[in-house]
Amino acid sequence: MKQERFERTHWEEWEALAGMLAAGTDDPRLPQAYRRVCQHLALARDRCYTAGLVQRLNGLVMAGHQALYGSTLGLGPQWGRFLAGGLARSVRALAGPVLLAAALTGLPMVVLPLAIAHDPRLAYLVEEPEDLARMERMYQPGSGRFGRASQAQTDVAMFGFYIWNNIRIGFQAFAGGIALGLGSVFFLVYNGVHGGAVAGFLAQAGLGRQFWPFVATHSALELPALVLAGAAGLHLGWSLVAPGRRSRAQALRAAAREGMPLVYGAALMDALAACIEAFWSASALVPPALKLAAAAVLWAAMAGYFLLAGRRHA
Amino acid sequence: MIDTLCAVETPEGVELEFSPAGPVPRALAWMVDAGIRAALYLALATLLHGLGELGTGLLLILLFLLEWFYPVAFEVLARGQTPGKKLMGLRVLRADGAPVGWSRSTARSLLAFADFLPFGFAAGLTSMLVSRRSQRLGDLAAGTVVVHLAPAPRVVLPAPGASEPLAPPFPLSLPEQRAIMGFAERAPGLTPERARELADLLEPLTGAQGDEGVRRLQAMARGLRGLA
Repeated sequence: MKQERFERTHWEEWEALAGMLAAGTDDPRLPQAYRRVCQHLALARDRCYTAGLVQRLNGLVMAGHQALYGSTLGLGPQWGRFLAGGLARSVRALAGPVLLAAALTGLPMVVLPLAIAHDPRLAYLVEEPEDLARMERMYQPGSGRFGRASQAQTDVAMFGFYIWNNIRIGFQAFAGGIALGLGSVFFLVYNGVHGGAVAGFLAQAGLGRQFWPFVATHSALELPALVLAGAAGLHLGWSLVAPGRRSRAQALRAAAREGMPLVYGAALMDALAACIEAFWSASALVPPALKLAAAAVLWAAMAGYFLLAGRRHA
Repeated sequence: MIDTLCAVETPEGVELEFSPAGPVPRALAWMVDAGIRAALYLALATLLHGLGELGTGLLLILLFLLEWFYPVAFEVLARGQTPGKKLMGLRVLRADGAPVGWSRSTARSLLAFADFLPFGFAAGLTSMLVSRRSQRLGDLAAGTVVVHLAPAPRVVLPAPGASEPLAPPFPLSLPEQRAIMGFAERAPGLTPERARELADLLEPLTGAQGDEGVRRLQAMARGLRGLA
């Protein structure tokens, strides 16, 4: 068939499809019209019709493809399933990177306080003296930070800061992993060393009674969040180091898909931790014993969730 | 053939072609978006300044959203186009040609941090220059591409009967026929000199030089297209 006759025969169908796509509504005739134009595009290419016609049909098919294959699944049910156990499953599926990330953050957090208790000068190896002095003042009994009973405004400001800062650290710990995992290792170790040094320094300075109740509750969410985000980053990096039987590009895509749930979980946990840190941990109204009890419950709940949730198929 | 076009096969069994966008238009789009973000931030800061520490807290939360989720919101809700990309005629697509969803868009937005390292998007630029579809690291991990939005070609049905069609003196293969029809299609956009230069190459076919060659080629194209 000559191009001229082909165009005159199908012109109206193309105009109709373009009209439906421009209207943007769910037209029940759209799938059929789209598939007809798909066929026309294949024919036009096979019969060597001109570039102008092929381009026009390609554009129509492209727009139709977008309209037909766009995801329509709402976010609501997805999030429900995700929290009910999908997150825990994703974490267990990446047990290796998660445990490694936990070790990278956890080891300095355990080792440094012990070492600093042995020799307090070690704290000055990793922290600036001014910072440590500021910490010491901050956690003095009766100092400003814990006299906050009714300063809702300051609480909100701190909440905003924790959101902006902590979730960003998680995201960076994930994204840095694409550099063969090195970025994630850096963020995990850096935060572990920093936290361990400060905790060790304050403990040996005799300020533990102020420090531990403050950090205990929200760290139950904040530390696992960092570990999860870093583990997703390590997974990303490892896919480039050892892609296995896939190309590196394929392995990277798969690793990003498997890691994203952990990043979502980390962001969510960081947001919750920011709430707790700003409105509960810093509050002078809550007695320290209650804070420690809440921390114990929260840590147990986290362990229970990640070990047990989502085991049964719903 | 050196060609930046990429093809993906749709479930209907036809190939869709699109042209990935290179670093320059994408950098320009990024700058437009950065300007919009900065303006939004300044507006919010001015607005929330009066609220004291409460305003500081809200501002930080909004800054967080602006930093990480500005591209995600537009890419998912505005058909793959942030305002900057819209201005530059770009769109984010899944590598298989479908629109991007929340997860892929978030992944490529978060990894923009890695693309930025060590300074000024050096990692992303390297990745775009090396990868076949001009993908930055975030695109590679999320399985997305940024493509040029092809301007809808203005195809109008040619009017029949302007001049007598001409039969070629010997049979032509299909690609040869397409080349001649393509010449006629593009001739209105060529300078007369360039049209003559191209037609002169086909003297063995047309048996003429200069304007007469152009006229004969167009007459043959009318015949091949089926314009009587």
